[in-house]
Amino acid sequence: MNDLLAALLVLLGALLMLLAGIGITRMPDLFTRMQAATKASSLGAGATLLAVALHFAEVGIGVRALLAIAFIFLTAPISAHMLARAAYFMGVAIWERSVIDDLEGRYDRRNHRLESPPWARHEDEERPRG
Amino acid sequence: MTIAGVEVLPTAGAIALALVSVALFLAALRLFRGPTLPDRVVALELISSLMVGIIALVSIVGEQAVLIDVAIALALVGFLGAVAFARYIEKGTTARGLAAEAQAEADRAEDP
Repeated sequence: MNDLLAALLVLLGALLMLLAGIGITRMPDLFTRMQAATKASSLGAGATLLAVALHFAEVGIGVRALLAIAFIFLTAPISAHMLARAAYFMGVAIWERSVIDDLEGRYDRRNHRLESPPWARHEDEERPRG
Repeated sequence: MTIAGVEVLPTAGAIALALVSVALFLAALRLFRGPTLPDRVVALELISSLMVGIIALVSIVGEQAVLIDVAIALALVGFLGAVAFARYIEKGTTARGLAAEAQAEADRAEDP
């Protein structure tokens, strides 16, 4: 029973990782590629590690597998965010058919501060220091 | 456990390894094609996360429970690499852009 569940998780994880691979080759620009690759691959690795925990059915292995899953789920969004931010500063072009770029003109390139959009600004908010 | 004479988990593991190999090849394709540096870094990050999955699969197929430690270490190194790359891209390109702006301003001041 455990093995059947583990086999299903293994196949699910492999399909998700294949989806990440297809996404990173087929998507039109960097940011869509990132959203395909980062989320699908971390869920795929998580499913595979869960299958490892189920298959060996030992406390030590299970704890280490859950630790690895927690680590991946904590760090994948951080590294993706930092990379996307760096790429935006670098001026990587977004897809020409993108509808909206909310960050346009809002990043201060000198001190790396992000200005709030007009609808989210408080009356008494301190202006960004130059 | 077997279904119709087939060992379920080793078979699923073999199929999964084939699928992940295809994904690895596609990520390598993006690594070669680029076109920008962040694209390549994203491909490298995907490769490191696919390697974590491959190591987990190998530990299941080969009945080697210790390999899970390797997967944890590889996830750590991959994260550090991605963060370091992101920092260098951000600082480097911003510094270069500001230097280019300052240079253009100096040129304008020199011959009005």
